[in-house]
Amino acid sequence: MSKVDLSSYNTKGFFDEMMGSEGQIRPHYALLQERLKKMGWKKLNFLQQSTDRAQLSLGMTFNVYSDNQGIERILHLDIIPRIINGKDWDYIERGLKQRITALNLFLDDLYNDQKVLKDKIIPKELILSSSTYLKQCMGLKPPENVWSHITGTDIIRGGDGSFYVLEDNLRCPSGVSYMLENREILKRTFPELFEKLNVRPVLDYTHSLRDTLESLTNITPATIAVLTPGIYNSAYFEHAYLAQQMGAELVEGRDLVVKDDFVFMITTKGLQRVDVIYRRVDDDFIDPLAFRKDSMLGTPGLFNAYKKGNVILVNAPGTGVADDKAVYAYIPRIIKYYLGEDIILPNVETYICDEEKDLQYVLENIDQLVVKQTDASGGYGMLIGPKSTKEQQAEFIKKIKSSPRNYIAQPTINLSRVPTLSGEEIEGRHVDLRPYVLYGKEIKIIPGALTRVALEKGSLVVNSSQGGGSKDTWVLNDI
Amino acid sequence: MLSRVADTIYWMNRYLERAENYARFLDVNFNLSLEMPQDISAQWKPLVVTTGDWELYESLYEKIEKSTVIFFLGFDENNPNSIFNSLKNVRENARSVRPDITKEVWEQVNYLYHLVKEEKLKKRWQKKDPRGFFTEVKKGCQLLYGIFETTISRNDGWHFGRIGQLIERADKTSRVLDVKYHMLLPDAKAVGSPLDLIQWAALLKSVSAYDMYRKRFGKLTVQEIPEFLMLDKVFPRSMLRCLIHAERSLHTITGSPTGYLSDAERQLGLLKAQLEYADINEIFASGLHEYLDNFQAKLNDVSNAIFETFFSTDNIMNSHK
Repeated sequence: MSKVDLSSYNTKGFFDEMMGSEGQIRPHYALLQERLKKMGWKKLNFLQQSTDRAQLSLGMTFNVYSDNQGIERILHLDIIPRIINGKDWDYIERGLKQRITALNLFLDDLYNDQKVLKDKIIPKELILSSSTYLKQCMGLKPPENVWSHITGTDIIRGGDGSFYVLEDNLRCPSGVSYMLENREILKRTFPELFEKLNVRPVLDYTHSLRDTLESLTNITPATIAVLTPGIYNSAYFEHAYLAQQMGAELVEGRDLVVKDDFVFMITTKGLQRVDVIYRRVDDDFIDPLAFRKDSMLGTPGLFNAYKKGNVILVNAPGTGVADDKAVYAYIPRIIKYYLGEDIILPNVETYICDEEKDLQYVLENIDQLVVKQTDASGGYGMLIGPKSTKEQQAEFIKKIKSSPRNYIAQPTINLSRVPTLSGEEIEGRHVDLRPYVLYGKEIKIIPGALTRVALEKGSLVVNSSQGGGSKDTWVLNDI
Repeated sequence: MLSRVADTIYWMNRYLERAENYARFLDVNFNLSLEMPQDISAQWKPLVVTTGDWELYESLYEKIEKSTVIFFLGFDENNPNSIFNSLKNVRENARSVRPDITKEVWEQVNYLYHLVKEEKLKKRWQKKDPRGFFTEVKKGCQLLYGIFETTISRNDGWHFGRIGQLIERADKTSRVLDVKYHMLLPDAKAVGSPLDLIQWAALLKSVSAYDMYRKRFGKLTVQEIPEFLMLDKVFPRSMLRCLIHAERSLHTITGSPTGYLSDAERQLGLLKAQLEYADINEIFASGLHEYLDNFQAKLNDVSNAIFETFFSTDNIMNSHK
């Protein structure tokens, strides 16, 4: 049986997480590499198939939006882990703490004194024109002044090996269940590596999540519920998983009722009060009386109960304004403004199409840039210049010109690559990194992340809806 | 417990019980058909009548064929009660109450669903002998009962699930008895001929009652078979036994040891008492078919009353002061 062979593994032109440009194995990958080389292709593929089966039997499936039939897919989990050494991780952690602290101060300011606007750190119109800025939230003070309690920040590593923040997800970031389940599966795949490598555990995430939610209320014991849009939502697996792991109730909008500005669950024994809701329903849909009237997913009166302080919503409504892609460009200045510090984890350079000078540059260099719609996510509404056709570019130029506020552009970054199994071959594939941050009384960052991988050769799009898969992410304790 | 969750668990268990029953019916009927004269229609139509799906069958298919009936009851997406659809429902229900069941339950539910899905892709109903499939479904369901039994706390959810299972079971036993009994009755005097014995034994086997019946009565008789399936106090699939246990679970949920606090308890209690104090000869005198028909209708009322009492959002909100 032929053994796994890495001699033809090619890193040309990219930053590879396992191998340096001279072909040397980075120290934190040494044990994994040795293990792989001792294995036959057959064994490796067998382990991969067992993983697919494990995911099916765990029901780790999701429906893709465009498939009306609701075709169930698993998010492909590549068994070769992505490994991060302790030094890099500690740096990421410091960067995230700084960023999340500043973003929450920013949110609290935006919905209260708006000093940041008065001091002209960020253009007023940019905020007020954002569809995610909720004027209904003006004057609100959530517990601990924290607005975004649960964040999943997208981080990438460029060709120079530096880390950059690509996107802040301050609304309902998903994927943490994959971080946890991937780890469970990989422990079965490579038990001996876990024994030898000092991988930091992620298991306590759901405990910490529960602690975070409980820390926001004085009521003990608090009744905690996870609010889901229901089983047809693509992240339903995660909603159910988190509710179950936390020992919380999993509720849909129709399970809740608001009476006298308090929120209750409808149970077989009558109505039962709910104190904290980890809601995985978007702002627009949580309450048809306050936001979208046509929402079938929400509970009438929920927002009012929240405003009166009778229920805690996590994350707080209104956080979307701070992860708007146009606001992103101002984050280094926002950090400086609130903390007096330079940004630790840098942003990717960003051109704001709403600014004349940047717009000109974007229109002239569109074939070199990644253009993003500011209010879209999931890899939709995006143009990757170098990989696009003239027609696609022309289409985007038209769109940008008609509503520049809705677009930003960034240089195309060659995301770092990680060895990935593809039949009888191991090849580099592009990845990003989404760590999860909890913020109640204090900030807690779990030493792990969801690594998303673009499975298609050469592809830079890692989103699950666009052919992306995932990897377990091992954060090591440096010895 | 959330009303929606209780409702979902109730139906999840009904569908599971339904799938197991359908698999057993098909298995027994297939066996029977191997030993019977070659009148396909007489062998397979009663099965579809028993499950209550005959009207739908007629509207979809012109002919009665073995493979069509197996497809219809086993795999047909147009039949809401087919094994495929039942297990699909079990899974969707399980998915939406995932935090209220255990990982073990969920994994087995998934396994069962994928099993049927794969066999559907392989067009198992066209194969010469599909019995292996029926056995796998039966065993898969039974394993799931066992996992429920050993991993789920005896909380309200468990009891609602149990009630769903028992109501479905009582309903299916009454239907099998109703249809088969009246088909076989014209020859009742002739019980004892090999052909009759096979048929009566098949009736018992289709509700897994053959062995326990033999133990209880020994000889197959036209009086004692209905008596066993309806009124036996210790056989787990008899109509009475199902209702005794359903009532116990209902009382556990409400916390009232006897009598009733809700309409659901009252209706279930009445129906159970009717069986408990019934005399089989009186039932024969007034008509077995009418009796069973009435039983099914009342059982349906019980199910509706449970919905109104525990699951209906409007009722619960109106009763909240």
